[in-house]
Amino acid sequence: MSEFQQKCSLVGRDRLADDVYRLTLQAPRIAAHAQPGQFVMVRVSDGLDPLLRRPFSIHRVFANGDISLLFKIIGKGTEMLAHCCLGDELDLVGPLGNGFVLPDEGPVCLIGGGMGIAPLLFLAEQLHMTGRETGNDYVLLGARTQDELTPLDEEFAALGYTVQRATDDGSIGHKGFIPDLLDFILPEMTQVYTCGPHLMMENVVRQCRQAEVKCQVSLETHMACGIGACLGCTVNGKRGLVHVCKQGPVFKAENLEWSLE
Amino acid sequence: MESGMRESYGEDTGCPENCNAPDLRVQIGSLALRNPVMTASGTFGYAREFENLVDLDQLGGIIVKGISLQPKPGNPPPRIVETSCGMLNAIGLENVGVDRFISGKMPYLRKLSTPVVVNILGDSVEEYSEIARKLDGVEGVAALEVNISCPNVKKGGVAFGTVPEMAARVTEAVRQASQLPLIVKLSPNVTDIVLMAKAVEGAGADAVSLINTLIGMAIDPVSRRPKLANVIGGLSGPAIKPVALRMVWQVAQAISLPVIGIGGITTANDALEFFLAGATAVQVGTANFYDPSSTGNIVQGLKGYLQEQGEDRLVDIIGTLKIGTD
Repeated sequence: MSEFQQKCSLVGRDRLADDVYRLTLQAPRIAAHAQPGQFVMVRVSDGLDPLLRRPFSIHRVFANGDISLLFKIIGKGTEMLAHCCLGDELDLVGPLGNGFVLPDEGPVCLIGGGMGIAPLLFLAEQLHMTGRETGNDYVLLGARTQDELTPLDEEFAALGYTVQRATDDGSIGHKGFIPDLLDFILPEMTQVYTCGPHLMMENVVRQCRQAEVKCQVSLETHMACGIGACLGCTVNGKRGLVHVCKQGPVFKAENLEWSLE
Repeated sequence: MESGMRESYGEDTGCPENCNAPDLRVQIGSLALRNPVMTASGTFGYAREFENLVDLDQLGGIIVKGISLQPKPGNPPPRIVETSCGMLNAIGLENVGVDRFISGKMPYLRKLSTPVVVNILGDSVEEYSEIARKLDGVEGVAALEVNISCPNVKKGGVAFGTVPEMAARVTEAVRQASQLPLIVKLSPNVTDIVLMAKAVEGAGADAVSLINTLIGMAIDPVSRRPKLANVIGGLSGPAIKPVALRMVWQVAQAISLPVIGIGGITTANDALEFFLAGATAVQVGTANFYDPSSTGNIVQGLKGYLQEQGEDRLVDIIGTLKIGTD
């Protein structure tokens, strides 16, 4: 596995909603090796506060060596990142972690909640590139409001996926939660991929288990190193603690402990 | 400096490609280092984690994750919290245990040209002895660092590291069990670290390293809960550098053993502060997490500093802190 530490020039900065940003960086070596589901560790400033890098899943990879990151401002680190200017150089380490295991056959469903949508667009593009017929595949996207889903929902739809939306305020799609939409779709699926708030994923995992559909989840945790050295990013697995950065961030759902099962 | 003088230092591993470069070699007891920049235990895994990001053969020394007699699963999550210019951890010494370390990790480590120092820890004096015995004679193990200072385990670490008599007993026991150079890693969570240093010096240590993490905690005001599952953890990173520097300075003046400085070192200037205070070598810890290139940058920065200062050898600046008006 190849990992790189490289200075990456910021070539694109889009504000998608009030506090949601998409950055595009020149990261040719990382882009050349990245798989859907992998992440990068970003140093948000050269200073010492904040000290630690921030993990971000890789949102998109472009043939010209650019990669995109999608994130919401939730603290000091993401605030600083959101205010970077075009031409600024950011120090990245990546690509890190494992990736999603691509399906052998059958329709799949990608389920993203909030910023959990980020790694799924890379996955969706990769699946599309394999020449797969995406007409029977679903993408379920959830967010607080319509603003947070646009233009992401259109980007999935442009790849041929059937996109369904759920928003907390009902401003677009179903008013409510993603799992509400899943019951109708799940019987047709062979594989579910999900990333998002823990409670949402717990519900998705429970539904998949009941329907006997395979499910891969991508987890988010605090990390210090991202490469398996600090051992700080543990979560509860079925057979003891597991490290999200090395054994994940993508896990088979059945290998983790879920409280709603 | 004339090239002829360089030859008197013997086989040079510090500057083989350029004999005008300053000599960074240092000696920790019988352990010879090509340069004084080591990686601190618990921040560098078993080294392989960094193989794509760091030129492992250019480090002064690698100190691997603390090893116990039996594998340890560590503490429940959450285990780390970022703080201002630092981080708290309560990993709980998760490690593979000494047998799996020898069979599974050493084959890779012994292929490196960099000395590998194994950090060891136990719940009892006997456990320290047994681990030391198992590692003695294992090809590729260059030295032991005795961890008597981890704040994140209930038994062992803290008691051994805060009572001089206990620290001396552990040191003596390991000394008897192993021929390897013996570094004892001291805790800052004591009233008088000089007493601890003198205790282990008298018990047969070849060097001391300091400091381990400072005990701290962080609280989430919304949930009103501690941010670490273990409630308390060890503070590391640049936030602790002034404390570490003070302790290194105090200990270096009080004992005759080499002192290895640890605590918030990120840049060559950070490392230089420790050398001037009396450290013979330094360990880079938390910086490995946020900037894997820091060890290499420090080595280059030290060379640059010595050249600017007209110094030929790093050892000549150790302990040259000027105090007062002279």
